[in-house]
Amino acid sequence: MDYNLGHEQLTKIEEVLQKDLMEMGVHCVIFIDMAGNIVVNLDDGNIKHDVYSLAALAAGNFGAVSAMAQMIGEEDFSLLFHKGEKESIHFSKVLNDFLLIIIFGHDISLGLLRLKVTESIEKIEKTLKS
Amino acid sequence: MSFINFKKKEVQVKIVYYGPGRGGKTTNLEYIFSNFKNRIKTELVAIKTQGDRTLFFDFLPFDIGKIKGYDVKVQLYTVPGQVKYDATRELVLRGVDGVVFVADSMEARRQQNLQSLKNLQDNLAIHKKSIFKIPLVLQYNKRDLAEQDIPLLSVETLEKSLNSKLKVPFFEASAVEGTNVVQTLKKIISMTMASVENQLT
Repeated sequence: MDYNLGHEQLTKIEEVLQKDLMEMGVHCVIFIDMAGNIVVNLDDGNIKHDVYSLAALAAGNFGAVSAMAQMIGEEDFSLLFHKGEKESIHFSKVLNDFLLIIIFGHDISLGLLRLKVTESIEKIEKTLKS
Repeated sequence: MSFINFKKKEVQVKIVYYGPGRGGKTTNLEYIFSNFKNRIKTELVAIKTQGDRTLFFDFLPFDIGKIKGYDVKVQLYTVPGQVKYDATRELVLRGVDGVVFVADSMEARRQQNLQSLKNLQDNLAIHKKSIFKIPLVLQYNKRDLAEQDIPLLSVETLEKSLNSKLKVPFFEASAVEGTNVVQTLKKIISMTMASVENQLT
């Protein structure tokens, strides 16, 4: 999973995440690789999560779920969603090596979020392949 | 592999503590955490079973300052040592930059050490990495047990059975007492950084 992201690619990914996701009112967006490294991290300034631990756990969690998927004959589960009382987390896979994590409150509809996530992933994948 | 963010001038390196079950991997991290608490901003994350064994991994991130103008974030992981958790070990090794192999010095654990080292080699190979090339430090843990008359493998025996081909730096240690825990960590960080440094501009 060797990859290199240039300055321009990072800026572009940040822009997409800011415009498509942060501006719709989510609390935090973390774009990580499957090793648990943080590539981009944005938040609304009101939360103080330990994003490095979150990234490590998310990568581990996603890896475990992927292994389970393969055991039941699925290649992968491309998205995961954990619902909390106040905060929820949405994970989705980007290409094979990255994971997009979004933390959001109950004021955001899951349907709209999914739509926006799909749109931004398409843009990010284009940037990553460029 | 380490992630270098040229935009934020930040490097993240992943160091994994590997070794047989009940060998002291988690104890290493606990000692580091309790000793550097004032410098570590986060908590030690541990996913354990009820019997206090590592189920998934432990995780400890901290900053070590700047190298060539880049902020360096070191992330320490352990793997579950128990044989049955092999799938998890393989997952944790994804993107690893450096490994500390914590061997159990007890005579009764000779075979487990060998098995675990072989398992490390196999799991690294899955990620297309060679045990002979990755920064690696051996730690012969539990040396303190000699005082309790528990039969231990001599350092010569451990060197012969684990390190004769690898020829990597090793430390005699006691994770419980903290002997050589920090020295092991410093060694693996400097070896890992040496391999990352030439990628920094």
